[in-house]
Amino acid sequence: MVDPRQTAPGRFTGFSPINFVLLVALGAMILASMGQVSPTPQQLVDGVPGMVNLVGRMLPPNTEPAFLARIGVRILETFQIALVGAAIGILLSLPIAWCAARKVSPLGRGHVVVKAFVSFLRTVPDLVWALLFVASIGLGAVAGTMTIMVDTVGFCGRFFAEAMEDAEKEPQEALSAIGAGKGSILVGAILPDIMPSLINSSLFALEKAVRSSVVLGLVGAGGIGQELKVAFDLFQYQNASMIILAIFLIVMVMEVMTDKLRAYIQ
Amino acid sequence: MLDLVTDTATDTAHTAPPQVPLIEARGLCKSYDRRKMILDGIDLEITKGERIALIGSNGSGKSTLLKSLIGLHSISGGSLRCFGDPVSAQSSRAQRLNMRRQTGFVFQKHCLVRRRSVLSNVIHGLFGEPGSWRAFSHSLASRDWRERAMQALADVDLADKAMDRADMLSGGQQQRVAIARALVRRPRLLIADEPAASLDPVSGQNVMNLFTQLCQTHAITLIYTSHDMAHAVDHADRVVALKHGKILFDRPASRVTRAHLQDTFDG
Repeated sequence: MVDPRQTAPGRFTGFSPINFVLLVALGAMILASMGQVSPTPQQLVDGVPGMVNLVGRMLPPNTEPAFLARIGVRILETFQIALVGAAIGILLSLPIAWCAARKVSPLGRGHVVVKAFVSFLRTVPDLVWALLFVASIGLGAVAGTMTIMVDTVGFCGRFFAEAMEDAEKEPQEALSAIGAGKGSILVGAILPDIMPSLINSSLFALEKAVRSSVVLGLVGAGGIGQELKVAFDLFQYQNASMIILAIFLIVMVMEVMTDKLRAYIQ
Repeated sequence: MLDLVTDTATDTAHTAPPQVPLIEARGLCKSYDRRKMILDGIDLEITKGERIALIGSNGSGKSTLLKSLIGLHSISGGSLRCFGDPVSAQSSRAQRLNMRRQTGFVFQKHCLVRRRSVLSNVIHGLFGEPGSWRAFSHSLASRDWRERAMQALADVDLADKAMDRADMLSGGQQQRVAIARALVRRPRLLIADEPAASLDPVSGQNVMNLFTQLCQTHAITLIYTSHDMAHAVDHADRVVALKHGKILFDRPASRVTRAHLQDTFDG
């Protein structure tokens, strides 16, 4: 005889009617959206010949030395945009994250304002930032670098701040008892503790910067993307395929490098 | 309770040398929520060079008293003087810093920065000194600071581990590094909150022996809390027992009996 007090709780205990209604509403919204924006099987079938035709016109990729040299210069510029933008962004993120981190910030409750600022930087897409900087600074790599910088601050500012909030508390309390100020606690206890996390986030930011810098040229913010746009605009598909291969190469190289660095650090 | 207070007065009259107290608390009260008194009318005098053990069950107010004595917690009532200066919520930052400069702290958990070297951790003890940004790392510290840190490590017999990472040491060794970090400040007062609680019996005994020896060598006043009665009785000059935020007894360690300890920890 099972004691009634020991019987298992109901299968759907804790699953309230409100949760059920919300789940049904979400499912309905997904289905309704699929009807409006997802491709129909007919559209997919109709698109295949067009895609085959495009791929055919893209092959073989253009390997003329003069073109490859121009692509090389653009790749270098793309990499420079990513590297400089990410480096400045990471450096700026450190003080910003410090000000945004709860219980660590020298601004006290003012940390909320800084956190909101970082969220704002993150929520605006990088292409929109690029459009803003192209409009204000002008076409070219500088606008791209500024875009990557702002994007990196939005990304690293959040992750650095979270790492600072989660840093071990005991060493901080020990230094505080000694009479260390907030700045001393940051450099003496917090940064050494979260260094692996900072490096990891920075490497992810660098990877993200390389991927972003590739497409920034589409809106005139410098880099290889600008060449890609020109190639598509002028129907030079063999040039476009070579550029896509080059982009694939640079992103792959970057990912392999950051993976190796991460493995080395850990 | 009444006879214990009388007893305290007798003991103090018998042992207290005519010195200016290093710490002097009169009717000290502390409450976190204005409803429950964690410390309720504490009278305590501590003179230079004394070793004081604070004992009491969990929640008796030991750690709060320890932190209140040197201004880490603001007091809710009564008066308190530390190194001759009044300690209050109105104390200036300069006064608080001055007080902390003369005080070393050792916590139950050693509170070291795990990923830094032992030497850097010891030099961290100099944060709060002028030019303290250089205490960030041993590489940036001045020659004088590096020498002081190496001397402190030698005092705890860990000079050969100076460049090891802090988290590579055993628990007992880490606590000795924490003691070296406190010593590097050349403190007049050493505060230790259950310094041996997280250690095995042998390491705990070694740490307590080290405290006794260092405090005697450097004429440092030591106040520590402990749940281990052997540590309290064997290493202190005086034992102060707290119960429900009040002093239950304050007497020389040599005159603490089993009955006193029974009173301290009985519900």
